[in-house]
Amino acid sequence: MSARDRILAKLKANAPASAGELPDVAAWYAAHRGEESNADKAKRFRHFIELAHAEVYAVSRGGWLQKLYEVLSAKQIDKLLVAPGTPHGARAQAELPPLGIACPGYDAPIEGWKAAMFNETPASFTAARGAIAETGTLILWPTVDEPRLMSLVPPVHIVLLDAAHIYNTFYEAMQTEGWKDCLPTNSLLISGPSKTADIQQTLAYGAHGPKELVVLMIEENV
Amino acid sequence: MNAPQTPHALHFMPSAGFRARAKDVVENPFLRQSFRGAMDFLMTKRAAQFPDPEELESLRSLGERIRQYNLAKLPDLLVQLETNLTRNGIQVHWAETPEEANAIILGICQKHSAKLMVKGKSMVSEEIELNHAAEAAGIGALESDMGEYIVQLAGEKPSHIIMPAIHKTKEQIAKLFHEHVPGVEYTDNVDALIQIGRQVLREKFEIADIGLSGVNFAVAETGTLCLVENEGNGRMCTTAPPVHIAITGIEKIVEKLEHVPPLYSLLTRSATGQNISTYFNMISRPRQPGEKDGPGEVHLVLLDNGRSQAYADEQLRKTLQCIRCGACMNHCPVYTRIGGHAYGTTYPGPIGKIISPHMLGLEATAGLTTASSLCGACGEVCPVKIPIPDLLIRLREEAFSAPQANPAMRGQGAGHNALISAIWRGWSAVYSSPALYRTASWLASRFRWLTPRRQAGWTSVRTPLQPAPKRLRDLIKERH
Repeated sequence: MSARDRILAKLKANAPASAGELPDVAAWYAAHRGEESNADKAKRFRHFIELAHAEVYAVSRGGWLQKLYEVLSAKQIDKLLVAPGTPHGARAQAELPPLGIACPGYDAPIEGWKAAMFNETPASFTAARGAIAETGTLILWPTVDEPRLMSLVPPVHIVLLDAAHIYNTFYEAMQTEGWKDCLPTNSLLISGPSKTADIQQTLAYGAHGPKELVVLMIEENV
Repeated sequence: MNAPQTPHALHFMPSAGFRARAKDVVENPFLRQSFRGAMDFLMTKRAAQFPDPEELESLRSLGERIRQYNLAKLPDLLVQLETNLTRNGIQVHWAETPEEANAIILGICQKHSAKLMVKGKSMVSEEIELNHAAEAAGIGALESDMGEYIVQLAGEKPSHIIMPAIHKTKEQIAKLFHEHVPGVEYTDNVDALIQIGRQVLREKFEIADIGLSGVNFAVAETGTLCLVENEGNGRMCTTAPPVHIAITGIEKIVEKLEHVPPLYSLLTRSATGQNISTYFNMISRPRQPGEKDGPGEVHLVLLDNGRSQAYADEQLRKTLQCIRCGACMNHCPVYTRIGGHAYGTTYPGPIGKIISPHMLGLEATAGLTTASSLCGACGEVCPVKIPIPDLLIRLREEAFSAPQANPAMRGQGAGHNALISAIWRGWSAVYSSPALYRTASWLASRFRWLTPRRQAGWTSVRTPLQPAPKRLRDLIKERH
C-alpha cells in the first residue's frame, strides 16, 4: 500500500457521512457587498491602491503614452521592458525610443537573458486584465506575449488599466469572468509595490518585487 | 510523567523543556517588551479591519462553514485535486511522515543535480525540518522571506508563523547582517537593511535550481495552488527557478474556487490587519509551450504527519479548519509573555498547542496543553471559529487521564500520574458530599499549622497558602 492509499484509507474510514449543503458564498456577498457605479469603483480602487503606496494617474484612451513618458522622465528611467506582442507594448516600442527611452521587448525565453532581466532592467510596462475596487487590487493574467516576470523583477512596474474593467470584489471578478473554467498557467492579484514589515514591524517597500508600482488608469471622462 | 519520546529523528528542539524555556523568557524584560509591543500592534491592526461586528461574525460563520464542508469531503477532494493537478501537468506526491516528505523533495532536487534551493515562506517545510535534511544531503536551502532569512542567519526557528523574526530588534538584525553578509557595514536603518536582504537574495533567485513554497489554498475543481504574500519572494521562488516544489498539509483544500475569496479576506485581515496582501499568486500549470518564463516542472507534496489522526475524531477534526493566520497567538496572554520559541514546536501559541500533539504525540507535548488560562481570546478571534479552549480541555483529558485501550491520540495518558489522579479523585469526593466537606474543612482549619512553607511552584514567587483559622460557616454561626 502506498502512502497515498494509506492516507486516503485513514481519512475515508473516518469521514462524516454528509458534508451538508454547499456553503452559500453568493448570498454572503449579496448581503454584505454593494455594487457601485463605474466612477465610484474607480475612486475606491484608487483610494485603496494609493494607501498601499502605488501611484495612480488618470489618462485618456489615446493619451496614456504621453503620461507614460512623463512618469519615466520624472523617474529618470531611460529603458523600459515592453511586450511587443500586445497592442500597448507595440505602441510603446514604436513611440518611446524617438523620445530617448529604449524599449527592449520580452521576446525570448528567460533562460537566454536572465542576468539582464535581473540586473539591467529598471522598469517594465504591462496591462492589467482588470481590477478590484474593494481592496485596490490589479488583476494580471500573464500571457505568452506578456510573461510573468515582467510584473515581478524590474524595480518599477507600470500598469495600464482600463477603468471599465473594475469589479466591486474579488468574488465578483471570478464569477463574472467564469475563472473556474479558464484559469491560465499563472494568475495574479497585485495590490501595491512589494513590501515587508518583518523588521520590528516597520513597513518597508521594495522587499523582493517592484519598489514602485504605477497605474495608468484609462477613464472615459479624462 | 513518562520520558518524552521524540517521534522522529529530525525533532531538534524538544517541547519537553517548555517550562524551563518559558521561565527564561518571562524573566527577560527585553523579550517581554518586544512581544508585548508586537502583539499590541497586530491586535490594533486587526481590530481596525473589522469595524462592523455583524460583518465579522457572519464572515467568520461563512469561513467556518466553508472549512467544515471541505473537511467533510476531504478524501474525495484530495483525489479530485490530484486528478486536476495531474491533468494540468503538476506532479502530485504523498507523504505520511516528515521523513517521506524530505525524501521526495530531496529526490527531485537530486534528479536535477540541484545545488541551491530558494524557499518562500512555508511553515510545513519548517514542520518537516527540510533545511536540515537538505543540508545533510549537500543541497543549500536558503530562506527568502525577509523574516525567515533573518531567523536562518541567526540559526533559529521562527517565533511566529506570520512574522518569523518578531522577537528580534533592528539592532540585533543590523549586527547579524554586519557579521554574516560579506561587505556589509553596520546599519540599523530598516530600509537599508531590507535593501541589503533584497540584494543578497536577488542574486540567489537568479541562479537557484529549485524554488520551494508552501500553499495557502489548493483548489480541487481547478487544480490550482494559491499563495498569499507581501514581499514577492513567493512569486520569485515559484517563477524564476526551473523547478517549483510546493508542500502543503492535506487539510488546506477547498473544493470550489469561489471558496477562496472569503477565506483569503479572513486570512489577511486577521493575520496582519491588511485588507488584502500585496500578492495573491494562483498557479495552475507548469510552463506551457511558447511561454517564456515560469518553471518547466511543478510538484506538489501532500503531507499527513498526524493530520489524519485529528481527522478521525469529530471534535479534534475542527483543529484542521485552521487557515494559519496567527490571530490566536497575537491575542494569547501566554504567547505574549513567553514568545514563540518557548513552545519548542514549529507552530507556537494556541494553534500550536492543539495541532502539535497530533504531529509529535502527547508524550512530547502534554505540558503544552496546560499553558493556557482558558481565557477564550483565541476562540473569539479565530476567523474560522475553531473552539480552541474546548480543544485544549479535551487534550488535557487525553494527556492526563489514565491510559486507555483504544486511545484517540498517540501518547494518550502520557501525562498521567497516579498520585495526582488520586488527589483529584479525593477532591471530587469531598466536594460532592456535604458531610465529607464539613469534616475536611474542619480538619483543615484545625491543622492549618501543618501547612508546608514551601508549596512546589506556588511559593517560588508567592507567599504560601494556608487555610483560614475559621471556616466561613463558623464565622456565619458566630454572627447569629
